[in-house]
Amino acid sequence: MGIVRKALASRPVAAFTSPHTVDHYLDQVHPMLAVHHVRARVVEVIRETGVASTVVLRPNGTWEGFKPGQHVEFGVEVDGKRRVRVFSVSSSSQRKDGLFSVSVKAHPDGYVSQYLHHELSPRTLVHLSQADGDFVLPARVPEDLLLLSGGSGITPVMSMLRTLRDTGHRGRVTFLHYARSREDEMFSDELDELAATLDFARVVRVYTREPAEGAELTGRFSLEHLKHLGVDAATTLSYVCGPAGLIATVREAYDGMGAAEQLRMEYFKVPTVDLEAADATGTLTFEDSGIVAENSGTTILEQAEAAGLKPEYGCRMGVCNTCALKKNHGAVRHVITGEVTASTDETVKICVQVPVGDVNVAL
Amino acid sequence: MSHYRKKRAPIEPLSASNHNKAPIPLVGEDTTTRATVGLDLMTYEQLEEFGHELDAVRQRVLDDLGQADADYIRRVIKAQRIFDVLGRVGIFMPFFPPVFVIGILCLGISKILENMEIGHNVMHGQYDWMNDPVVDGKKYEWDNVAPAQDWKHGHNFIHHTYTNIHGMDRDIGYNLFRIDDEQPWYPSHRFNLPLATMLMLFFEWGVMYHGIELDEYLGGRMSKSEFKARKKRAWQKVRRQVVKDYVAFPLAAVALVPFTSWWVPLAVLGANFVANIMRNIWTFIIIFCGHFPAEVETFTEDEALNETRGQWYLRQLLGSANITGSPVFHVMSGNLSYQIEHHLFPDIPARRYPEVAKDVHRLVEKYGLRYNTGRLSKQIGSVARQLGALGKKPSDPYKVGNSPESKALRREKREAEKAAREALANA
Repeated sequence: MGIVRKALASRPVAAFTSPHTVDHYLDQVHPMLAVHHVRARVVEVIRETGVASTVVLRPNGTWEGFKPGQHVEFGVEVDGKRRVRVFSVSSSSQRKDGLFSVSVKAHPDGYVSQYLHHELSPRTLVHLSQADGDFVLPARVPEDLLLLSGGSGITPVMSMLRTLRDTGHRGRVTFLHYARSREDEMFSDELDELAATLDFARVVRVYTREPAEGAELTGRFSLEHLKHLGVDAATTLSYVCGPAGLIATVREAYDGMGAAEQLRMEYFKVPTVDLEAADATGTLTFEDSGIVAENSGTTILEQAEAAGLKPEYGCRMGVCNTCALKKNHGAVRHVITGEVTASTDETVKICVQVPVGDVNVAL
Repeated sequence: MSHYRKKRAPIEPLSASNHNKAPIPLVGEDTTTRATVGLDLMTYEQLEEFGHELDAVRQRVLDDLGQADADYIRRVIKAQRIFDVLGRVGIFMPFFPPVFVIGILCLGISKILENMEIGHNVMHGQYDWMNDPVVDGKKYEWDNVAPAQDWKHGHNFIHHTYTNIHGMDRDIGYNLFRIDDEQPWYPSHRFNLPLATMLMLFFEWGVMYHGIELDEYLGGRMSKSEFKARKKRAWQKVRRQVVKDYVAFPLAAVALVPFTSWWVPLAVLGANFVANIMRNIWTFIIIFCGHFPAEVETFTEDEALNETRGQWYLRQLLGSANITGSPVFHVMSGNLSYQIEHHLFPDIPARRYPEVAKDVHRLVEKYGLRYNTGRLSKQIGSVARQLGALGKKPSDPYKVGNSPESKALRREKREAEKAAREALANA
């Protein structure tokens, strides 16, 4: 943190700008000028596959960097509305040019991922958070390491592999990735190159639907695959990221071998809006109080009260805004208009919103 | 890729949940009775239709919100920040009077824009749909000694839900004035006009004091812990505001003393004081003209009990008054000059009120309703005459709060309620 930034973020300066922050003023000078807000400009959008892209970003000075495997909130404004999603960083943490990238697979219902893939252009301003998440490599990387991924779950482990390459890692790394086909795989050319050039890493890809000719492994993940690659689960620190099905299988296998403490997992969550579903499905999670309840189909406010919480409320008719709070993720339906919204980190009036499927609110 | 969030301690029970009254607008225990609001003007069927028509207007605007609305509020914020900075620089040059005076004016304008078109409207949640933390109604704190949280409870919830219902809307006369014929007269109301003048000069302090809700606490309707929390929040906010305007900026001006004169910091302090008074006078005028002109209607709890959405809308319409003026005037008043439209649709971005007003006019004509509007001078005159006339002791003893007749009436009512409670307990 530079001395100027530190000074601007200090309490004496805040006394002058109260009740606002310094950023509220700096923002008017230049959008990238900030002491608290993390922002970035899009440098380049690279098409990885027909449905996946990598977005290269130049963050402002507030960005504190990331550990490989972490994710970041990514907010773009479309038609006046900020849409926020969480994406994993895919680049090496050792990049010298100060840039970093996120890689995203466009989800059919994912507004932001679709926008990223089809419309995002260089120079666009992106609102970020600091990098977050504990799916990261330890400070001292052990001798044996397994990086296992499925589909677009490759992004955080790709960041790890690239970083290990750039730090001159000396241990033994097995990089095992499952994709439907080569067309469906991100970073294919770079993975080919890494497979040929890295001495410390064994890069193996399995195409589950269209296996490559003469492939050493085929089909979905199984314990046989690990055995074939000579990975001893009990002694190998393992990172797995991908769809819930893959993680469940891997977890089961590790549990079976009593190697659960070696396993680090990252679920790949894409909010899905099932408009056809009756409202009373899924679970409603009250994140801050750690309560999970079956969705009963009534408003979030009523369900919170039924769960013993006492959220602030006022008119209970969508007028006064007293009950508005952050919905972390999931889809909600407005009881009066019937409108369904599914943005991440969106403020909603819980007295007039019912959950549609799984919903997580900051309550 | 999953969401990783730190677990926090379970939330404390929050203030708005702590009262035992039914939070749903005026739904009584006896749900068979129907509200009588507006029955002199329309039938129940018409009221129902009226409600649907206004719901449709609201939905049409909500569906249309987009880039233009976001650009608008950001333009206003930019203008406010520019006035703010120009003002702060200007008041540092008291040795050059024209710049000093312009500085005070800029600072006053900045505070007015911040409190009204930005603060008031953002805290209503008008821009929550943008999902931008800078204009998030939950997070916003305004440049005013009243803390946002307590103001939002008293204003967004109490005032906007129970608008102009005696005994429920604490904003009818702010427990200070007799502004409506239905309010009982007390001797202190003889000072209606001088008190109003004082409140005008120090309005932000009045808003802060009103938000502490001392009367609710003394009346046993608020817990001690809640009252203490309110006092603490108010004190913290007052401290921050006072430190900024009357300590930090004057102290910064001390740096100029060696090059200019010893009184420069005092001039900076005085300029901040004047700018705050400018904002106080302006906001007081706009707000008093919104509900207190003569023909604005008030309601009793019984009239509004079990009201429908159409009746709720009608109560907002009859209980508010507009002020006509130029576009700049409307922006400076936070579009509260469109008080009627604001009360019908408090969470629609204020720049949409002129457009919504056309639909409201159409419905007003269709149903033959009253639409209270007029020039600023007319509305100020009306409010002042009301304050003057209603400050005089009424000849009807039932309108005098501490007359034997009123006391007997209240005693009778208390006993009737007690009897009803006992009957219920025995049954």
